[in-house]
Amino acid sequence: MEEGNWILATVIRAVALGTPILWGTLGEITAERSGVINLGVEGMMILGALAAFVVAHLTGQPTAGLVVAAAVGGAAALLHAFISITLRANQYVSGLALTMFGLGLAGLLGRGWEGRPLLDTLPEISALTYAGLGVAVALWVVFYHTRWGIVLRSVGEMPAAADALGVNVALVRYLAVAFGGVMAGAAGAFLSLAYRPAWTEGMTAGMGWIVIAIAIFAAWDPLRAVAGALLFGALFHLSFRLQAWVAPELLKMMPFAFTILALAATAGGRRGLGAPEALGTPYVTGER
Amino acid sequence: MNGVTAGRSSHPPPEAGAPNGAPLLALRDITKRFPGVLANDRVTLEVRAGEVHALLGENGAGKTTLVNVLYGLYQPDAGEIVVDGRRVRIRSPRDAIACGIGMVPQHFLLVRRHTVAENIALGLPQEGLLRPARRVERRIVEFATRYGLTADPGARIWELSPSEHQRVEILKALIRGARILVLDEPTSVLAPQEVSGLFDVLRRMKGDGHAVIFITHKLDEVGAIADRVTVLRRGRVVATVPAADVDRRALVQMMVGRDVESTLPRARAAAAGEALAAEALEADNDRGAPALRGLTLAVRRGEIVGLAGIAGNGQRELVEVLTGLRRAVRGRVRVLGRDVTNRTAAAICDAGVAHIPEDRVHMGVVATMTVAENLVLRRYRHPPFARGPLLDYDAIMRFAREMIAAYEIATPAATTPVRLLSGGNIQRLILARELAARPGVIIAAHPTSGLDVSATEHIHRLLLRRREEGAGVLLVSEDLDEVLALADRVAVIFRGRIADVLPVGDATPERIGLLMTGQAA
Repeated sequence: MEEGNWILATVIRAVALGTPILWGTLGEITAERSGVINLGVEGMMILGALAAFVVAHLTGQPTAGLVVAAAVGGAAALLHAFISITLRANQYVSGLALTMFGLGLAGLLGRGWEGRPLLDTLPEISALTYAGLGVAVALWVVFYHTRWGIVLRSVGEMPAAADALGVNVALVRYLAVAFGGVMAGAAGAFLSLAYRPAWTEGMTAGMGWIVIAIAIFAAWDPLRAVAGALLFGALFHLSFRLQAWVAPELLKMMPFAFTILALAATAGGRRGLGAPEALGTPYVTGER
Repeated sequence: MNGVTAGRSSHPPPEAGAPNGAPLLALRDITKRFPGVLANDRVTLEVRAGEVHALLGENGAGKTTLVNVLYGLYQPDAGEIVVDGRRVRIRSPRDAIACGIGMVPQHFLLVRRHTVAENIALGLPQEGLLRPARRVERRIVEFATRYGLTADPGARIWELSPSEHQRVEILKALIRGARILVLDEPTSVLAPQEVSGLFDVLRRMKGDGHAVIFITHKLDEVGAIADRVTVLRRGRVVATVPAADVDRRALVQMMVGRDVESTLPRARAAAAGEALAAEALEADNDRGAPALRGLTLAVRRGEIVGLAGIAGNGQRELVEVLTGLRRAVRGRVRVLGRDVTNRTAAAICDAGVAHIPEDRVHMGVVATMTVAENLVLRRYRHPPFARGPLLDYDAIMRFAREMIAAYEIATPAATTPVRLLSGGNIQRLILARELAARPGVIIAAHPTSGLDVSATEHIHRLLLRRREEGAGVLLVSEDLDEVLALADRVAVIFRGRIADVLPVGDATPERIGLLMTGQAA
């Protein structure tokens, strides 16, 4: 094998794996900017992956699979939104539950689908990759240069201020969380339609957790999320490439070890990082 | 919905003010009930265009409830709101804004990390979708020059002082088209000089035909700015009168329902020996920026030193360093002759420091625990309350009953959870706990903020008594009147240093005000 090919192949695979990470991260950043942390990314991704595979398999239309996956992700996110925004339950517990629920449900429903081939797939580097970059730029513009951005960020920083000016805090949060779910569902679809066109139980392999880490690592900035997604895409891929030399268990740990390192390096408390001030806090009118 | 209650007229109370056409705003027979409390009892209030209308009352009199009803944060149980002759229903702040009602809350609702322009552009749909902050800047400048409210649209909120925050809140309301502006205790965050600046702004607004509702419990301000004043007591309107027709004494009587002894009995101080000393203290705030920059201050035994200053000049950080809750980067802290720099809060407590914290509900008590348990929080580790690893609940209950009687804590039982107590009674509980051990040093942060006249009086007497018994008291307060009434010496803090320490006889509000704003050498 030639050296140049190896590097090119690595870059291509890094970009390919970076694509779902980027989609997931952009969604999570949006939700967290509104003040709602959603630890259910892994669950929404796996549900999206299964939905996409099943629909693509039945219809022969991978695009239809993608759309349904996004809808399924959005629906799963609405469940988290209802529990954490309307019922004001603990966001962390609700998100964890969503991950467990998603993994379990996908495993159960996906039993008969394992090992089946998918004939019509999506290319690894495709419109989805470019669309991810486009969404990142678009979100950056929305966050910092539009009225919606001010509303979204204010709701995440100080919902009482937004409420006092007539902004519907719950609605903004619902929309942001649902958007996060749509993006996570689409990210899952990419895994089962393009990256490894098949259905395997647990195929998200912890990517949802990395998404949450990158949201922090990127300081909730969509453009920095692009860099983070590519970096972690490369790490994910390297953990496959280096299998010949290093114990695979160690390599599988690598992205997560880097996650911990990245978080430790960028830590210094939530304040230091510039996390939305109301992140994780349910909003009750009249309480500050 | 008919707000007129049987047997009671819906007409406003008689008044002597010169009629000035129909009122711009009328609240008629507003009633608002909370579990166990009648916060507003058929309150009627009329405000005319071009007037500053003071709403005067003690804490708990129902002022804030009333304006929250007006701003759509609460729904009244009965009564009606009329704006410009039209009956309106205000279900949310959005409705209030649409009616031309703006509010400057006591605790500013500003996004700290955003710029002034972003805060003002928030929820202003008419500014268009793209670059709203840029578009709103022009209007900020326009309104700022018209009303004398200087503000830098590009500055981030956290960089600004409380008086600047207030200006941003006022601008926010005006740009939103408010013709009726409600200011909730607007002077509590201001230095004396800044108060006259605010009054100038209000006069210009008045001249423009705006109506201003000015909530306060400070009597001097009523005379200085208000055209008419409505006094509330226990949720009811006592009277609405032209401000020029009433004197201070009459207002107090309306507010409290009786004459109040305004001078506290005070023996001459016999200060001797050092109780508490801070030497060249340096410490950072929560954001890691320097908050104390070489602060030196001493409190002697048998004296009260009042720490005056505008909020955010290092008061909180100083109290936290002195009580072991924050690390000093440099400098020393001495308590009764012992060095306690950066010792733990428990060690400093054992060294004889009582701490009456600023946030009494969150820092002062464990709200879900009982009155008795909270009363022994300082000493539960020691006999007689502890017997080995176990607590002696008999001893705890005995002590609690003693304290409840001695400090007049109104609680159904010693086993009642503290969260069910009123603010004044929680503060009495904290004082009972902190003062029972006869500490040599008392650090009291805003001990009477939000309390009514009688609770305030009680707490002042307790502090004075401990001073006579030889304790050194550091009293941190934003209420200058309180500082001047209690302190033997007044230290003024500005930007993390003590600007000066004055004997109370030399400490005039003007002089302190200059020091508070860094304008005096």
